Amino acid sequence: MILLAVLSGFALALIAPWVQRLGGGRGAWVISLLPLGLFLFFGHHLLTLDPNAVHTVTYDWIPSLGIRLSFYVDGLSLLFALLISGIGTLVVVYAGVYLADHPHRGRFYAYFMMFMAAMLGLVLTDNILTLYVFWELTSLSSYLLIGFEHERAEARAAAWQALLVTTAGGLALLAGLILLGQAGEVGEFSALLTRHEMLLDHVLYVPIVLLLLIGAFTKSAQMPFHFWLPNAMEAPTPVSAYLHSATMVKAGIYLLARCSPILGGTTLWQSSLTIVGSVTMLVSAYIALQQTDLKRILAYATISALGLMTLLLGVGTSAAVKAAIVYLLVHALYKGALFLVAGAVDHETGRRDVTQLGGLGRLMPLTALAAVLAALSMAGILPFLGFIGKELAYEAVLEAPFWTGVLSSATVVANMLFVAVAGIVGLRPFLGRRPTTLPNTHEAPFLMWLGPLVLAGAGLGAGLQSTWLGEVLVAPAVTAVQGHAVTVELALWHGWNLALWLSIVTLVGGVVIYAGGGTLRQAAVRWKGVARWGPESGYDLGLRALQAVAWGQTRLLQSGYLRYYVLLSMATLVGLVGLTLLQRGEVYGLGNGSDVQFYEAWLAGLILLASLATVRARSRLGAVAALGVVGYGVALMFVLFGAPDLAMTQFLVESLTVILFVLVFYHLPDTTTMSNRASRLRDLVVATAVGGLMAALVGLMHQVQWYASISDYFAEHSLEQAHGRNIVNVILVDFRSLDTLGEITVLAVAGLGVYALIKLRLKRGGEP
Amino acid sequence: MTSLILRTATRFLMSLLLLFSIFVLFSGHNAPGGGFAGGLVVAAALALYAIAFGVESAYQALSVQPQTLIGTGLLLASGSGVVSLLLGQPFMTGQWVSWHIAGLGEVALGTPVVFDIGVYLVVPGVMLLIILSLAEA
Repeated sequence: MILLAVLSGFALALIAPWVQRLGGGRGAWVISLLPLGLFLFFGHHLLTLDPNAVHTVTYDWIPSLGIRLSFYVDGLSLLFALLISGIGTLVVVYAGVYLADHPHRGRFYAYFMMFMAAMLGLVLTDNILTLYVFWELTSLSSYLLIGFEHERAEARAAAWQALLVTTAGGLALLAGLILLGQAGEVGEFSALLTRHEMLLDHVLYVPIVLLLLIGAFTKSAQMPFHFWLPNAMEAPTPVSAYLHSATMVKAGIYLLARCSPILGGTTLWQSSLTIVGSVTMLVSAYIALQQTDLKRILAYATISALGLMTLLLGVGTSAAVKAAIVYLLVHALYKGALFLVAGAVDHETGRRDVTQLGGLGRLMPLTALAAVLAALSMAGILPFLGFIGKELAYEAVLEAPFWTGVLSSATVVANMLFVAVAGIVGLRPFLGRRPTTLPNTHEAPFLMWLGPLVLAGAGLGAGLQSTWLGEVLVAPAVTAVQGHAVTVELALWHGWNLALWLSIVTLVGGVVIYAGGGTLRQAAVRWKGVARWGPESGYDLGLRALQAVAWGQTRLLQSGYLRYYVLLSMATLVGLVGLTLLQRGEVYGLGNGSDVQFYEAWLAGLILLASLATVRARSRLGAVAALGVVGYGVALMFVLFGAPDLAMTQFLVESLTVILFVLVFYHLPDTTTMSNRASRLRDLVVATAVGGLMAALVGLMHQVQWYASISDYFAEHSLEQAHGRNIVNVILVDFRSLDTLGEITVLAVAGLGVYALIKLRLKRGGEP
Repeated sequence: MTSLILRTATRFLMSLLLLFSIFVLFSGHNAPGGGFAGGLVVAAALALYAIAFGVESAYQALSVQPQTLIGTGLLLASGSGVVSLLLGQPFMTGQWVSWHIAGLGEVALGTPVVFDIGVYLVVPGVMLLIILSLAEA
């Protein structure tokens, strides 16, 4: 069933364009049935989950490499699966309206379903290499979705950037996972869980952790890899809400949570997570205030929230993990809602600049309601789930076993900024007076306010039903991350403790920042120049350097002249093989020649003479004819030394080559001397070197045999297994037929390439 | 180029060459030859035809596009490997059936023969694609 659940998304991705076309206006509804079904399926799974049992399902995929399609269902993966399928359902119907007039809606759903399936696979897989495959699939579909409006250069550049940053991290992750598999000697997370001690003492521990962290930090946009996420806002808003806020960017958090019981608990793990997490949280919350574009504000706020989760996972205590899991849920609900609201506002007014928005509350009451509910949860106000999340985070950092003061103050400051940001995106566009520049608009369509209202309402409902939520959803997930059974009791009211006082301070501070927002933004914008030395300029520099190297290298190697290609290939061959031979320091003789028959010597002389004639020939036709003699001479050699198959083919190839040459020469200009003395000398040197090398290799083959010959095997089995007496042919079409298949495929592609080049020339030059 | 001698000789040689190519193809299993050599013979025969009668006539004599030959050949060759896949064996495992035919003795037919026919089609396809389009130009 789990396999079916994951693969059904890929299957739907294949047919989504047709479903969309057939369904017309109702296409989105039809497509949303799958995520809805998955949501119910995973929900049922969660309610019937036995916390003490381990649920794994395994299918062999590439058994020879130990890659198995194995799935591991626990509280953590189910929490993610529910978020992915639940929010996916709402976003699909939302996108049906948002992209109603877009000509490529079908394509959008195809990418979207592919992403959803990959993301589900990522959180449900047990095998570390399968995780990597799904991980890269999410990067790939994110690339396609960011660049969905590919006519715009900004969208293409942003898509490129996101792809390059996340796949670079993905490669680090792959290396880390391979090392992890080697160190732990198993390829499944469920099995690695029992090897915690062994891994901590392993010599590869530090590289494994660092590589995995690079992977997780690039994916979850942690500093200094955060810059791709704000740029990814070029994507259509439903994509930003789904991938770049609620699900994909949390893949890094998922990985950190998944690996916590396997690799966590050390100073390296805790300090890197807390330092990167808190820096990301503070800096990006501050940058969020500088922004005026609704989506960019939300993007930086998302990075900041991801930083908070990283920080909490780094602290690693039971309370901190609990806070991280709750905050993950809180954030998915309010941020998804706010993104969808931003999309609705953009859709109705055509504006996303907060300084130009205002007074929309009366015009779009339901959208405004969703925005306010989500903003209250983001600000952490009673009785929303956001309040519980924030309280838990405060309790966790106040009880942190290290750096308590620093972490607590950082968290409080970041939450103050969250309150201000919540006001800017959730309240300001809907309050006050409508700017005169803003058109008189109306409420967004039903499906556009449904999604945000459901998500924001869920934030309120979850807050009110927190006890139930804690038992059913949070406890199994925390258990999975902690590695032992944990009971979670969530409650809205914790009494008058330090965390509550901090909450009040946060709220007051946040309101002050919100009120002074204008001045603060001006001050912040003044410091914007610092960004010029930020990590994004490093990315730009790296990209430019890469292009420069590629350009120079192409100029050097791809001259466009056949003679230089041949020269370069031959010189490389001589350089690499010749050097190896010289380094071995052995001299390979060619024998003393006493067993050479007179007709063999005569034939060799003929070949030599013909080669000389080829080089010295005054006319092209003469050269071709002389070359033909060389070829026929070699074919005769094959006959003499018992290779009739080879000889036969050689004769035929030689004949056809002469025809080809004649046809080609017909098109060439009629000059005889095109090269000067120096280049001829250079060619002579290279040609002699290649000849010498080949002679040395022949001598080597004659004298040294490293492995037992396989001819006997073929001779023995040819007739009995393959019904053929001609061993050469049996090898070609039976024993090594895969090689032959590859060769004829290459031949076919090369032929088509030549054909295309000839036809291209004809078209460009007009009449032949 | 019009040469009566070449044209007359070509007429006789064509059928012989094509027949010979088929002989080379099938004899290849027990004696020198095979799909590759047979294919080259076909290519040489049609190249000769093109020289004697012109490219247009060669296309007509071929009656299918060279690209079609390439595609069909590749399909046959890779398809012959799929048979074993369907039988649950690794890709490209040879499958054989044999009959006893009076006068000929034991005759065995197998997927490698199909594979070889594929090669026999791809090779002249590629050669003729290049030769004929060059000759056209």
